[in-house]
Amino acid sequence: MAGSFKLEGRWRTQKEPTMVLSAADKSNIKAAWDKIGSHGGEYGAEALERTFMCFPTTKTYFPHFDLSHGSAQVKAHGKKVADALTLAVGHLDDLPNALSALSDLHAYKLRVDPVNFKLLSHCLLVTLASHHPAEFTPAVHASLDKFLSSVSTVLTSKYR
Amino acid sequence: MVHFTAEEKAAITSLWGKVNVEDAGGEALGRLLVVYPWTQRFFDSFGNLSSTSAIMGNPKVKSHGKKVLTSFGDAIKNLDNLKGTFAKLSELHCDKLHVDPENFKLLGNVLVIILASHFGKEFTPDVQAVWQKLVAGVATALGHKYH
Repeated sequence: MAGSFKLEGRWRTQKEPTMVLSAADKSNIKAAWDKIGSHGGEYGAEALERTFMCFPTTKTYFPHFDLSHGSAQVKAHGKKVADALTLAVGHLDDLPNALSALSDLHAYKLRVDPVNFKLLSHCLLVTLASHHPAEFTPAVHASLDKFLSSVSTVLTSKYR
Repeated sequence: MVHFTAEEKAAITSLWGKVNVEDAGGEALGRLLVVYPWTQRFFDSFGNLSSTSAIMGNPKVKSHGKKVLTSFGDAIKNLDNLKGTFAKLSELHCDKLHVDPENFKLLGNVLVIILASHFGKEFTPDVQAVWQKLVAGVATALGHKYH
């Protein structure tokens, strides 16, 4: 395959940057987000519900929330999460700047242990896969996983 | 040790009954290698893994994926004794294959995502929770004999 070579036991693409989003990743992410359209808040809430149900330790960050199915607080929070990700999608070339305020919030106020970002990210992928299986190809899956991982890294970047 | 209620067991077996193990196995292993390319380190002998389509179409990936998921099916028949069921495989993965148990978690989560894409609405948060418990139990059982 043109542009691919094996180096140190792993297949690589020529001029492939490190865990920075490639042009193909950005294109996949934007297309996926367009497909989500106005369902962002709904999916955000569903991802949160999945996270709380599958990984009960995550509930420790929300003692002040009603976490029952259909909770208005979870719906509102899901929308917040979705809006932040939409912001991120619009600034894929400059996530640290775009997410700077949220990064401060998580570092100094919320202090959510970094392990939890992986749990929510996983549940976001599960949510998207369940609603848009046709679009959720292996390549798109990979791009979205990288995207959520990049966002998580930025949000925990000021922790210490 | 992980314990499954009667309802949880029923939820697992009813969903599993609708899974095409051969297809899902190839898809799960393929996606693992695509999404987490460092996992390719275990598969030097598999030939062409140079692109997403090469990986997903690779016959060795498909056949190995089927093997792995068939074994997973054994777990489902032995939910009360995952550690016993996977004792020999655990030794194999440690002593011969030298696979970091972290990889079992990665594959488990890829499997959950595939189930979500196949079953859509049916894969509710409740159902997902049971499957997360199962893949975590399998991952723990496979890591149990490491030394």
